[in-house]
Amino acid sequence: MKPVAFDYARPTSVPEACALLAGDENARVLAGGQTLIPMLAMRLARPSRLVDIARIPELSGTRDTGTHVVIGAATRQAVAERDPLVARKAPLLAKALPWVGHAPTRNRGTIGGSIANGDPAAEIPLVAVTLDAALVVETIAETSELTAVDFYLGPMITALPEGGILTSVRFPVWADGRIGTGFHEVSARKSDFAIVAAAAQVALDADGRCTALALGIGGAGDTPVRLDGVAQALIGSRLEEEAVREAVEAATAELETADDLHASAAYRRRVAATLARRAILDARDEAAGGRHAR
Amino acid sequence: MRVELSVNGRTVAVDVEPRRTLLDCLREDVGLDGTHAGCEHGVCGACTILLDGEPVRSCLMLAVQGDGHAITTIEGLSPGPGELSVLQDAFCETHGLQCGYCTPGMILAGQALLARTLSPSRAEIVEAISGNICRCTGYGQIVEAIALAAQRLRAANRKAGGA
Repeated sequence: MKPVAFDYARPTSVPEACALLAGDENARVLAGGQTLIPMLAMRLARPSRLVDIARIPELSGTRDTGTHVVIGAATRQAVAERDPLVARKAPLLAKALPWVGHAPTRNRGTIGGSIANGDPAAEIPLVAVTLDAALVVETIAETSELTAVDFYLGPMITALPEGGILTSVRFPVWADGRIGTGFHEVSARKSDFAIVAAAAQVALDADGRCTALALGIGGAGDTPVRLDGVAQALIGSRLEEEAVREAVEAATAELETADDLHASAAYRRRVAATLARRAILDARDEAAGGRHAR
Repeated sequence: MRVELSVNGRTVAVDVEPRRTLLDCLREDVGLDGTHAGCEHGVCGACTILLDGEPVRSCLMLAVQGDGHAITTIEGLSPGPGELSVLQDAFCETHGLQCGYCTPGMILAGQALLARTLSPSRAEIVEAISGNICRCTGYGQIVEAIALAAQRLRAANRKAGGA
């Protein structure tokens, strides 16, 4: 369990980090290291150089633009978990973060690291896809923005360009109505990767009618997915349990789910429907209770 | 690479390869082998240390990432040579250990919790040690140890406060 030898660089700015990556195709970005370092230990990753971005000042911290909560990619998961801005304006992320690994891995692991790693069962990518967060990516040549939905191509395969660094994640703020969130997960043990997870955020108007709904499923297939059909079916309703059940069952019937030693494809599909329903109903009740109303 | 680490309040300069984990560095280069090497890929929690007071897995950090942080290992908890901290003592008293392999990590995870609150609920204690695997005790006595230490520290604070 000892990594291969590599060089280590700790640039102090994003352009400097991009230049280091551009000059060496076997260089890898190191942020929190909670996935990369085990890969190194098992020699599944054999980089020539690690470019440690964790101390680049502009990559840490959260800010509010009014329309988005912008989280620096190297912001530690534990820091985001305690951040009042995240709790208030990106409540679905706040709800999902306690499910990510264990407290000791969240103390080191970063928001951007989890998103860029793209494990199909990871919670932060699921939230990013559910809310369709914008991902800001820098290379030596340019800065570009991708949507989380377009970012994930397959299990741990992303649209991150070669030599690119994910620098920040912009979670859209839902400004109208009463907002509620729900998050459910089934895993072999608490804190393991999800066999299936469901994340939902809803907005209700003053009469309790749903004006916006986002639902995402993680862990079930190759990438986290957004089920937009559920939103189309339920916006305008009062999110009655039966309507929610029908909408999620219709949407999950076609869900491509993985079949492996942890669970069969059929089990994953059934669990996805159940967890999606619970997540939406939790979100509805929370919104009706006004806990996130502003 | 030369790295200056602050370990248990002492600054130690070491010369390490970048691939050296903080765990191996503490054990082999700094000479503090109370931090245990278990799975070496972030699953078992035996190598838990405190980084700026928060528990982290030292096998999931490189030594070269450790400069500028305050590192606390199990050796840093003892109030003096041959003495045990309140939490260490509680582990002995409740039989919170058998083989002892997970114990340094368990104690540091518990220590971080008690630094935040001296009135942890059982659920909070369980959550605090949930990243640490013990294959002997069944965890019951470990939970008991942390609860006992919390109770003693609360009592000591009351006394110190003159109440």
